[in-house]
Amino acid sequence: MLSKVEEIKSPRNTYGETLVELGAKNPNIVVLDADLSCSTQTAKFHKAYPERFFNCGIAEQDMMGTAAGLAYGGKTVFASTFAMFATARCLDQIRNTICYSKLNVKIVATHGGITVGEDGASHQALEDIAYMRAIPDMKVMVPADCTEVKQVIEYAANTPGPMYIRIPRTNLKTIFDSSYQFNPNSGVKLRDGKDITLVTNGETLWEVLSAAKSLSEIGIDAEVLHYPVVKPFHHIALKESAQKTKKVVVIENHSIIGGLGSAVCEAICRYCPSKVYRIGTKDTFGQSGEQRQLMEFYGLTDRKIYEKVIEYMDVK
Amino acid sequence: MKEFAKKVRCDILRMIYNAKSGHPGGALSCVDILTVLYKKILNIPLEWDKSIDFKKRDRFILSKGHASPALYAVLANAGYFSTELLNGFRILGSKLQGHPSSRVNLPGIEVSTGSLGQGLSIGVGLALSMRLDNINSKVYVLLGDGEMQEGSVWESLMNANNQKLDNLVIIIDKNRLQIDGTTDEVKTLEPLDEKLKAFGFEVQTIDGHNFEEIETALINAKNSKNLCAIIANTIKGKGVKFMENNVSWHGKAPDKEQLDMALEELNAL
Repeated sequence: MLSKVEEIKSPRNTYGETLVELGAKNPNIVVLDADLSCSTQTAKFHKAYPERFFNCGIAEQDMMGTAAGLAYGGKTVFASTFAMFATARCLDQIRNTICYSKLNVKIVATHGGITVGEDGASHQALEDIAYMRAIPDMKVMVPADCTEVKQVIEYAANTPGPMYIRIPRTNLKTIFDSSYQFNPNSGVKLRDGKDITLVTNGETLWEVLSAAKSLSEIGIDAEVLHYPVVKPFHHIALKESAQKTKKVVVIENHSIIGGLGSAVCEAICRYCPSKVYRIGTKDTFGQSGEQRQLMEFYGLTDRKIYEKVIEYMDVK
Repeated sequence: MKEFAKKVRCDILRMIYNAKSGHPGGALSCVDILTVLYKKILNIPLEWDKSIDFKKRDRFILSKGHASPALYAVLANAGYFSTELLNGFRILGSKLQGHPSSRVNLPGIEVSTGSLGQGLSIGVGLALSMRLDNINSKVYVLLGDGEMQEGSVWESLMNANNQKLDNLVIIIDKNRLQIDGTTDEVKTLEPLDEKLKAFGFEVQTIDGHNFEEIETALINAKNSKNLCAIIANTIKGKGVKFMENNVSWHGKAPDKEQLDMALEELNAL
């Protein structure tokens, strides 16, 4: 399942390419963007199928309403912009128009998390998962590499109902090989361990796997769980692991309020009460900086995760 | 049509009285527009989704969702569902939610509305999908004038113009009142007709309580190859003297005495 070859690829490119492939097979797919199609890479779909692409301009509320109308008319709709503008700016439309009417709109948001980098806090969506998770009937996905991005987008195209898919701005290192099969109904165990459970998704998965490897060298046996589906949250893999290790750390490129960390806490306190530590941005806005430096600053790199886990291991 | 509209007005008042809540003012102001739409213009099968022509139907979106009792009463009296259902308006478990919901499978309700400023975008998306599918019917969206203060409406107007949608008709129920006062006092929309023209719309301004004017305007819009907007000047609370042009009846239920007085006045017509 885990790839032996490590490449670095753009998940946004993968998204755009996957849309073009899906568009060839399914004439019912339409794509919307809000003046960021060159960044989100929906421009690829625009080029391939101009009649099925609608640029709504810098008007995210209208984009989500239009997406809802197209979906109500029977289309499978992908609507994209940056995570900041795809959620907070048009939350009411997503809640009251898309989700309340249970419409087939896939919001694929790029530039999620702190790794937006130099643009700073106004563009760093650190709460998008929290917003989306709170809305009834919204499914929330955070894929971790390009192989998974492709499969999640394909799954979205074939699964009715509203969905939020978060893709980072950064290029991603390959994690999965071609045998990987995205499972929408379960968390994925990527490393066996008995001492501590590390739960993550998205671009921090690579960091966590790397940290787990280093931890094993000093005798800490960490189990790694990947949760590309944050909602609906499938607790079985987490429960089994937490029952074994009794100690859980959640790592995410998001606020510790309302995201994967919260989803894990909600499941843990119901199914297997144990200690949970959350690594993510605290109750704070982001700031400008080079993406790797930001990840280091907010404790999301493999080195920082490694240090934090050692610290947690000592806490009785 | 006069009798139909009268029946609808009486039903609206009874529904709101039963529910002890609701929005009589803005429901009564759009009754005549809805009456003409459903009696003369819209091609929507009474069998709803059981009809073989369901896909080809015209679409109607009530963007000012708080006028739901008007839409429910029109739909029931037109035969889309039983008028008995009207008694359940706003009551737990009823299909007649306070604001229209598409979750409850009520014939005639297309999409959920209620949070203002969103119906037009839905209409634009729907019109786009119908154009892609070569469905030659039209999408009609009824907006309130107060609702035009939502910025998202102007985003959609821009989008409709950009997409050159000739299968979309918007009707503005211009009753000039909103919760906090007149639209001019709160945040003026004027000159609304000039603004709509500047946004690329062919604008007709009519008396929203004159059946002939409403019908003519809607037929013009139906036959037009341009984007069409109809500004319907209306009276909030129309048909009940003590409610007319009185903003306190925006979102308040009449008591028994007031209901009886209102029904008597309507029935004397």
